[in-house]
Amino acid sequence: MSLSATRAPSPPAPPPQLPPRRLRSKDRFSRFDLRVSPYVFIAPFFVVFGVFGLYPMLRTFWMSLHKWNLTVPERATFIGLDNYAKLLDDKWFWNATFNTLGLFLVATIPQMLLALFIANMLNRGLRWRTFFRMSILVPNVTSVAAVGIVFATLFQRDFGVINWILHFFDIEAIDWRNRRWASWTVLATMVDWRWTGYNALIFLAGMQAIPKDLYESAAIDGANRTRQFWTITMPMLRPTLIFVVIVSTIGGLQLFTEPLIFGGETSGGGILHPYQTLALYMFENGLVQYSRAGYGAAIGGMLFVMIMIFSLLNFLLIRRSVR
Amino acid sequence: MNASSRLWRASPLTYIALIIGVLLSVYPLYYMVIIATRSLDSINDVPPHFTPGGAFGDNFDRVLAAENANFYTGLINSVIVSSVVTLSVVFFGTLAGFAFAKLRFRGRNALMLTILVTMMVPTQLGLIPLYDMMFRFNLQGTLLAVILPFLVSAFGVFLMRQYTSQAVSDELIEAARVDGCSTFRIYWSVVLPAVRPAAAVLALLTFMEQWNSVLWPYAILNAENPTVQVSLTLLSFAYYIDYSMVFAATAVATLPLVLVFIVFGRQIIGGIMEGAVKA
Repeated sequence: MSLSATRAPSPPAPPPQLPPRRLRSKDRFSRFDLRVSPYVFIAPFFVVFGVFGLYPMLRTFWMSLHKWNLTVPERATFIGLDNYAKLLDDKWFWNATFNTLGLFLVATIPQMLLALFIANMLNRGLRWRTFFRMSILVPNVTSVAAVGIVFATLFQRDFGVINWILHFFDIEAIDWRNRRWASWTVLATMVDWRWTGYNALIFLAGMQAIPKDLYESAAIDGANRTRQFWTITMPMLRPTLIFVVIVSTIGGLQLFTEPLIFGGETSGGGILHPYQTLALYMFENGLVQYSRAGYGAAIGGMLFVMIMIFSLLNFLLIRRSVR
Repeated sequence: MNASSRLWRASPLTYIALIIGVLLSVYPLYYMVIIATRSLDSINDVPPHFTPGGAFGDNFDRVLAAENANFYTGLINSVIVSSVVTLSVVFFGTLAGFAFAKLRFRGRNALMLTILVTMMVPTQLGLIPLYDMMFRFNLQGTLLAVILPFLVSAFGVFLMRQYTSQAVSDELIEAARVDGCSTFRIYWSVVLPAVRPAAAVLALLTFMEQWNSVLWPYAILNAENPTVQVSLTLLSFAYYIDYSMVFAATAVATLPLVLVFIVFGRQIIGGIMEGAVKA
C-alpha cells in the first residue's frame, strides 16, 4: 500500500497520443464504468436482502390472511383476518405473548444496567485492559446451543451446581424447568450471560467518544464520579443507548433457541408451556404442523407489530428520560 | 501520565468487581470442559467437580457413534457454510463499502440509510415463507438453503464503508483512474489491499456468527445433513441425556472459536467498537 501511495501523485492526464477512434471507445467505456459501476457494486446487497430477507417478511403478512398448508400451497384460501381473530381467542397465544414480553423485561433490564455498570468501570485508567475486555466478550463467542446446554445443566434440579450452591443457604432444590419464574430466571441468565459483555463494549465505545475535557471541567466544578455519570455520561450516551436498546428489543422479542434447547424435543417451551415464546409458537404452528402455516404467519405478523410498538416506545422513553 | 488520566484511575474495588465479572464469564466454559472430560457417572457427584478429568476420548467416541446427530458431518458442513458465507460477506461488503465511501452516484445517501434500516428489520419473522421458498426450489436439507440468505450483511457494508472512507485517500483513487484503471480494477488492486485489516475483522465476526447460528439451520436441515449446532441441538434432545457425551460435543463445537477469539481478540473488539461508535 505504501508503495502505491508514493506513486500516487503521478503527472496529471497524459497528452492524448492514442489514435482518436480507440480513445472514443475507451472513453465511452470509462463513462459507462463511472456511471454504472457504483450500482453494480451495491446491487448484490439489495438483491439478496430483497429476495431472502424483505420478501419473505412481507409474504408473512400475505400468508397470514390465508388458510395455508405448506404441503399444498396451491390450495391456500383467502380468509381475511380470520387467523388474527382466532389468535385473539387462543389462550396459548396470550400465554406466549405474556412469556415473550415478561422474559424480555426480566432479561433486558438487568442486562442494560449491568452493561452500563461494566462499561463505566472499563472506561477508567485500567491495567490489563485487553484482558478484561476479552474476558467479558468470550460468552458472546459461545453458540446459543452451547449456552443452552451448559446452563440447563448448571440449573439441573438434582445435581446442578446452582442448586448445590443454594443448599448452603438452606434453600431446597428448585425445579427450574417446571415453574414459570424459575424457568424465566434460567433463560434470562442464558441471554444475559451471552450479551451483557457485548453490550458493555458497545456502551464503552460510546463513552470513549465523549470528550474528556467535559469531565475535567465538571471535576473542577466539584462534581463527583456519580454526578458526572448522570449529568455527562448518560446524556452524551443517548444515541448509543437508543441503538442498543432497540437492537436488544428486536432480538429479545424473537427469543427462540434458548427456550427451544431448555425445553427439549417438544419445542413447546415446557410442559404447560411456562416459557413458550411467540417465536417458538410460530415455529410450532408453521414448521412443525405444516397445515397451520397461515396461523403461524399470523403469529409472525402480531410479533412484528409488537416489535415495532416496543421499539418506538423505547425510543421515545429514552429520548425523554435521558436529556 | 497527566492530570486527566489521574482523574480516571480505577479503584481496587473496580478491579475486584471486574475480576468477579471475568470469573462469571469464564466459569460456564470451564464447567463445560470439566463435564466433557469426566465419565458419565461423575455428573451426579455431590459436591460437583471443579477440575477436569481424563475421559474426553471415551466421551467423544460416543459422540461420533451417536447416529441421530451425525456430528462429524455437522462439523464439516459448518466449516463449508461458514467459509462460503464469510468469503461472500467480505467480498460484497468491501465492494459496496468502497462504492458508498468513495464513488459518487445518485441516491448514495438514501441507499446507505436504507441499508442501515435493514439492520433493524426482524427478518426472522419471514421464517415460514422462507422455508416455503426453499421447498419450492427443492433446497430443503441442503447447505445451499443455509448459505443463500446470508451471502450479504448490512453490518458488513456499513463497517467497510466506515473503514474505507478513512483508510483510502481520494487522491490515490484519482491517480489510479488517471492511470486508466477501471472502477473494479481500482477496487481490486488499490482498495482491497488497503482495507485488509477491517476485512479480516469482518471475516472473523461473520465466521463466528455463522458457525454459531441455530434457528434457520435447525428449521431447514435434518439429522442426515446437519450443521454442528443442529447436531448439538439434536444431541441435547434425549430423554436420558448422556451429559459427558453432549458436553464433549459442545466443547469440540465451541473451543476452536474461543481459541481463534483469544488469538485475534484485540482486533475483534476493535471491530465491534468501531462499528458501534457511528451507528
